[in-house]
Amino acid sequence: MSSLSRDDVAKLAGLARIEMTESELVELSSQFGMILDAVARVQEMDLSGVKATSHPQPLENVARPDVVLPSLSPEDALSGAPAQEESRFRVPQILGEAE
Amino acid sequence: MITSTAAQMADALAKGETTSVQLTQAHLDRIAEVDVQVKAFLHVDSEGALAQAADVDARRAKGEKLSAIAGVPLALKDVLAQKGVPTTAGSKILQGWRPPYDSTVVTKLKDAGVVIMGKTNMDEFAMGSSTENSGYGPTFNPWDLTRTPGGSSGGSSAAVSSFEAPLAIGSDTGGSIRQPAALTGIVGVRPTYGAVSRYGLIAYSSSLDQAGPFGRTVLDTALLHEVIAGHDAKDATSINAPVPAVVAAAKSGNVKGMKIGVIKQLQGEGYQKGVQTRFDESLQLLASLGAEIVEVDCPSFEYALAAYYLIAPSECSSNLARFDAMRYGLRTGDVEGASAEAVMSATRDAGFGREVKRRIILGTYALSSGYYDAYYGSAQKIRTLIIQDYAKAFVQADVLVSPTAPTTAYKIGEKVDDPMAMYLGDVATIPVNLAGICGMSLPAGLADEDKLPVGFQIMAPAMQDQRLYQAGAALESALLSKWGAPLLSQAPALKGAK
Amino acid sequence: MTTPTYDEVIAKWDPVLGLEVHVELNTHSKMFCSCATEFGAAPNTQTCPVCLALPGALPVVNEKAIESTILIGLALNCKIAPYSRFARKNYFYPDMPKNFQISQYDEPICFDGYVDVEIETEEGPKQFRIEIERVHMEEDTGKSLHVGGATGRIHGADYSLLDYNRAGIPLVEIVTKIVPGTGKYAPEVAKAYVAELRDILRGLKVSDVKMEQGSLRCDANVSLKLIGSDVLGTRSETKNVNSLRSVERAIRGEMIRHAELLNDGKKVKQETRHFQEDSGLTRSGRSKEQAEDYRYFPDPDLVPVTPAASWIEELRATLPERPSLRRKRLKEEWNVPDKEMAAMINADVLDIVEATVLLGADPTKARTWWLGEISRIANDKSVAVADLSITPADVAELVALVAAGELTDKLARQVVEGVINGEGKPSEVVAKRGIKVVNDDGALMAAIEKVCAEQSETADKVRGGHLPAAGALIGAVMKETKGQADAARVRELLLGHLGVQ
Repeated sequence: MSSLSRDDVAKLAGLARIEMTESELVELSSQFGMILDAVARVQEMDLSGVKATSHPQPLENVARPDVVLPSLSPEDALSGAPAQEESRFRVPQILGEAE
Repeated sequence: MITSTAAQMADALAKGETTSVQLTQAHLDRIAEVDVQVKAFLHVDSEGALAQAADVDARRAKGEKLSAIAGVPLALKDVLAQKGVPTTAGSKILQGWRPPYDSTVVTKLKDAGVVIMGKTNMDEFAMGSSTENSGYGPTFNPWDLTRTPGGSSGGSSAAVSSFEAPLAIGSDTGGSIRQPAALTGIVGVRPTYGAVSRYGLIAYSSSLDQAGPFGRTVLDTALLHEVIAGHDAKDATSINAPVPAVVAAAKSGNVKGMKIGVIKQLQGEGYQKGVQTRFDESLQLLASLGAEIVEVDCPSFEYALAAYYLIAPSECSSNLARFDAMRYGLRTGDVEGASAEAVMSATRDAGFGREVKRRIILGTYALSSGYYDAYYGSAQKIRTLIIQDYAKAFVQADVLVSPTAPTTAYKIGEKVDDPMAMYLGDVATIPVNLAGICGMSLPAGLADEDKLPVGFQIMAPAMQDQRLYQAGAALESALLSKWGAPLLSQAPALKGAK
Repeated sequence: MTTPTYDEVIAKWDPVLGLEVHVELNTHSKMFCSCATEFGAAPNTQTCPVCLALPGALPVVNEKAIESTILIGLALNCKIAPYSRFARKNYFYPDMPKNFQISQYDEPICFDGYVDVEIETEEGPKQFRIEIERVHMEEDTGKSLHVGGATGRIHGADYSLLDYNRAGIPLVEIVTKIVPGTGKYAPEVAKAYVAELRDILRGLKVSDVKMEQGSLRCDANVSLKLIGSDVLGTRSETKNVNSLRSVERAIRGEMIRHAELLNDGKKVKQETRHFQEDSGLTRSGRSKEQAEDYRYFPDPDLVPVTPAASWIEELRATLPERPSLRRKRLKEEWNVPDKEMAAMINADVLDIVEATVLLGADPTKARTWWLGEISRIANDKSVAVADLSITPADVAELVALVAAGELTDKLARQVVEGVINGEGKPSEVVAKRGIKVVNDDGALMAAIEKVCAEQSETADKVRGGHLPAAGALIGAVMKETKGQADAARVRELLLGHLGVQ
């Protein structure tokens, strides 16, 4: 029986940037045993020598020419912004350093 | 007027017997009358629709050459971006967002003069099979308002089956067009992956998502299919090939000499009795029309559901990362001193529903270091096996068939706390998505035990979408003769709200 | 314990380097969308649904970016993968709209290459081979402006403002294998490597390679191992190294910092550090709560890149000569002294001088013009030589006019000034300004007679055989003829006039 502990779920929620209440963490971890058992069936088959398919169509080399087309106007670009200032998206203070 | 087929409406428009404005207004009136009960729409754009209809009428008056379904109104699943019109994908996290651009499907609809009446309800980000996972409340099945219309495109299927719209667009990642079509007694097609541009389709699982048409007849569905399909340079996964002749196939509807393969793994145990009975009858009907019925074996389909519930959540965990309260959509927790990181986490908690969070967490797990090979990697290999099973089966048969869903429409709330039971409803539709091929669901009658619609699924190889319509039209016509009237005429009349 | 000197560090420790260089390509449009890539545009004017990651938008690869990356790989002696894919690198950061970066993971487009660099040492020139692990494609992030707090830095800011013009600009990442065995030369080797890369990329014309504008950025990994030991030490990764000089300083600084820790029996932390241009030191990046897990997987929105072997060969055939080899060749062909060669490289005029020579100009003359008068004017105007409106063709024409005796050097300088002022080609400037060498002997004789009459004492000295005194007379004649005379001819006529030969 596979399972994920409350702490495992908390760690995943951190990676996925979802703040979760204690009850959500507990609920999810209790559901995960069943879900993981179901999806772990993919490991039942002998898959040695089988190639992975990440894409259903065998397309290759799809590219576009290096041509500039009009961008959105800054008004349109910022039209959904929860906050903006000086034609820029305003966001709360960033704690971590950039990559 | 509203109970006609889209083809009949188009004909009446072409002959000048009605106008698009009249036709659109009639549907808007119907929406106003019954949608309080059905709740198919999240947003009705009456003004935009009537303006578009007036424009089509003017173009027609000037003698411009118009598309086959110009002036016919349509309901659009809220997963597709439409410029200036609220687009939420059924999620609170996008409440109030108005895209500054049109999806390619919307561009094609507008170019064809199809009138977009509004945005239909859906499971949040298309994750679900009942429309109960919408952030804005469920949609109700017109056949029985206590039941779900299926999902995730339940708003679209309910709109078409309740005569609020003759046509609708849905999207199908694991069965989200075919299953709701089955549960509401209409036709729905998931085209070949790459046949319809995904540009502007809010992504759930990029390698599985595909937009497609709903109609009340096979021909109506084909007419809409032809409008939205075609290569798009904005989608790198779009197939650069001519659109299969789906309308011609829907008009010819012939199965004589066609080999039809019944998939051994997709019937019998786990399928509701009335579903299996209607399916078997339809098969006999096809045989009586001259089709050759063969049984095909697709052993890896046993693992399709497991593979799907790893691949789709994995891709979604990445696709949905962009909803972070920085550039658009909901922002919560932005109090004095709060960090961007805290605001992101709080917003994603408040804005996403339970099922979405469940799948994001599952996908995050399946992709995480140390687990990737066992989960995501294995699932991608299962996918290869499923493609190989289909390839072998399509050597034996021109099309493959199965019931669309194991059961008829279930009660709202029945499976909401049991995700696995809900997932099992997708068992027959998912293999098509994993292999990137095309599939159709069309009504096969009502199950004896609950008098609810049963769907018959047809599958065809990639870019052979015309085969779906050819077989589907033949079966539809035979069933119609048997019933004497369209299946929807047996649906209970919806009481108006006025 | 005290901080060891550099000499003390290298007496005990052997540095091991690893360098990651990010290069912004100079394509017209972005990596995955058709937005422009102009540097310095008004905020958020070069954005679209794709690079803002609006719901539903999809990426499509820029074919020029693929071509440029293959060119870079070929120039770095890499193998080109017949099959490579894009992968998503998942992590949340506000400057990255999708909250994943489209990059390449285990299937990079170029791999297994090398670059040879040469440095000057007290024992003479020394060569080092830097092996290249991989060259892959990815996309740049947006830019944040931190508001509030004292310094405009991220720490202590009240909030940030984001401009996504840079988001999605094509980036190529060039990663070396670990570089052992550079010993005390480690900082110089690293600097020479980055300089060589810059020259190669410039030669390929695939990037502006301006470190100060961030179109070429270097991350330096440094670790120390005891001399003679096989055990590698823990590495630190220094980011934000934005000039050639900083590469050298950052590595030297990290070597000393590591040695001090290790000498004290402390451990080096594996971490990201940020180079501080002002102090030359690095500071620790804010440590994350947990190690990042990027959850790479193949990007399902993009399809594999499978360049045809024939296309790769076509591209290989277009590769320019390696800059370091070219410099050696030109130095020999032109017979240029070391100092002058270095001056041309420093002034960044090698290309332009070569172009001028290829148009028929004498190498020494061409070099003198570009490095002398033209560079002086560029300096005065605070612009790059290449940005002046004078072209190699203009200079070649000028050199030819001088050689033909139609201009003197002095007149030619006026012509250069005219060309740079936009008055046209040299011949047009000559015509417009009415510049011409006075070689009418009659006019010259008149001037000579006038000057000799005015300065009869000097003239007498010359007549008496004191030839150096002729200089003053020649100068006066030149002044009289407004510099348009050929000084050699003036001398000839003057001496004849005064009866000395």
